[in-house]
Amino acid sequence: MKTLKILKALFGRELKLIFRNQSDLFTTFFFFIIVCSLFPFGVKPSSELLPQIGPGMIWISALLASTVSNARFLLSDFNDGSLEQIFLAPIPSTLIIYVKVFVQWLTTGFPLLIVAPILSLQFGLKYQEIMVLMISLVIGTPLLTLIGALGSALTLGGRGGGGLVAILVLPLYIPVLIFGVGSVLSYSSGISPETSFLVLSAILVFALVFLPYAIALSIKLALE
Amino acid sequence: MNLYKFSSPKVFYPLAGSIFKYTLLPSIFFLVVGLYISFFLAPTDFQQGEAYRIIFIHVPAAWMSMIIYMAMAFWNIVGFSLKSKLSFMMSRALAPTGAIFTFIALITGAFWGRPMWGAWWVWDARLTSELILLFLYIGYIALVMSFDDSKRGERVGAIYSIVSVINVPIIYFSVIWWNTLHQGASVSFNKAPSMAAMIVEGMLVMMLAFWTYSIAVVMLRIRRIIVEYQEEMLLMNHTTEG
Repeated sequence: MKTLKILKALFGRELKLIFRNQSDLFTTFFFFIIVCSLFPFGVKPSSELLPQIGPGMIWISALLASTVSNARFLLSDFNDGSLEQIFLAPIPSTLIIYVKVFVQWLTTGFPLLIVAPILSLQFGLKYQEIMVLMISLVIGTPLLTLIGALGSALTLGGRGGGGLVAILVLPLYIPVLIFGVGSVLSYSSGISPETSFLVLSAILVFALVFLPYAIALSIKLALE
Repeated sequence: MNLYKFSSPKVFYPLAGSIFKYTLLPSIFFLVVGLYISFFLAPTDFQQGEAYRIIFIHVPAAWMSMIIYMAMAFWNIVGFSLKSKLSFMMSRALAPTGAIFTFIALITGAFWGRPMWGAWWVWDARLTSELILLFLYIGYIALVMSFDDSKRGERVGAIYSIVSVINVPIIYFSVIWWNTLHQGASVSFNKAPSMAAMIVEGMLVMMLAFWTYSIAVVMLRIRRIIVEYQEEMLLMNHTTEG
C-alpha cells in the first residue's frame, strides 16, 4: 500500500509540474501540427500523391515531435536534483520509470492522437484508413515515448544535448515507423493490417518489460 | 591458469601487445593471398561478369559489421555481469572498426548494385538495415564521446549497445521477412554452395584477413584506451590531492 501511495504522489507531482509549465505541452503539440503541414509544401500537393504519402508523413512528424519532447524529458529533474530524491524512494526504480513515462506519454503522445485524424483529412485519407492509422498510433506512440525516455536517460550528465538524443533514438524508431506506416499501406492495398498491429504490439510488450530496466540503469549511472 | 587475471587492464596490456604482433602479419598475408585469389584465380561469373569480384570485399565486410556489433553487446553484457571494466573498454575499442566495415559494406554494395541492379541504392531491407547499423555505430560512438568521464561513457554506451543489438538479427532475418530485391544468402552451411569452389575459398581467405585485421587493430586501440584511462586516473588523483 505504501508503494501505491508513493506512486500516486509521484503521478500527481509529474502532472502538476507539466500543467504549471504548459509551454512544453504546447510545443510538442504544435510542433507536430506544423511539421505535418510542412510536407505538402515539399512535394506536389496533388490529390493522388498526398493520400499515398500521408500516413508516412504523419508518422514521421510523430517521431520528430517525440524526439523534441523527449530530449528534455528527464533533464530538468536531473538538473535540480529532484530525480536523485525520487530515486531514494523505497520502491523499485522501474515503477518510478513507469509512472514518469506514462505521464510523459499522456502529455506528449496522447495529444498527437487527438489531432492526428484532423491532419489525416489534410492529406485526404479515407475514413477507414484514418481508423487504421489511429490504431497504429495508439500502439506506437507509447513505444516512441519509451524509447525516447531511454535516449533522454542515456544522455543525462553528458555534453550531448538534444541533437545526440535524436541520433540515438531515431534509428531505434525505424521498426516502429515501418510497421506503423505498413499497417495503413497494407490496408490501402487490400491486405489486412492485422500483422502490422500484432508486430507493433509485440514490440510494445517487449519494450514495456525490458526498457524500464535499461532506463533505470542509465539514470543510476548518471546519479553515481 | 586463472584466465580472469587478464580482466585487469594492467595485466592485459602486454598480452594485447603480443596479440597485436601475432595477428598483424597474418592479416597482411591473408589479405594478399585473398586478393590474389579474388582477382586472378577465381573464374569470371558467366552472369555477372567481372563486376561480381566486389563480393570478395563486400560479403566479409558485411559479416564483420554484424559480428562486431554483436561482439560489442556480448562484452558489454559480460562487463555488467562480472563488473569488469576491461570488457567495456573492449566494446569501445571494437566500435570504430565495426563502423568502418559497415561503411565499406555499404559503399561496395553500391558499386556492386550499379552494374547489377542499375542503381546505386535501392531501399531493400538488407541495405536499409545495414544503413541503420551504421547509424547505431555512430550513435554508440557519439554517446561514449559525449562524456568526459570515459568510465561512465563506456557504461552508458554499453546500455545503448545492448538495447540496439536487437537490430542485428532483424538485419539477418529481414531477407526472409521482407522478401525483396536483394538476392538471398548465397553461402549456407546446410546445402552445397551455389558458387564455384575457388570463389568460396577466396571469400574465406578474405574473411580470415578481415578477422585478423580486426583483432590486431582492436588490440592496438585497447592499449591506447588503457593508457588514456591511466592518465585520467592520475589526473583525478592529482586534482584531489592538490
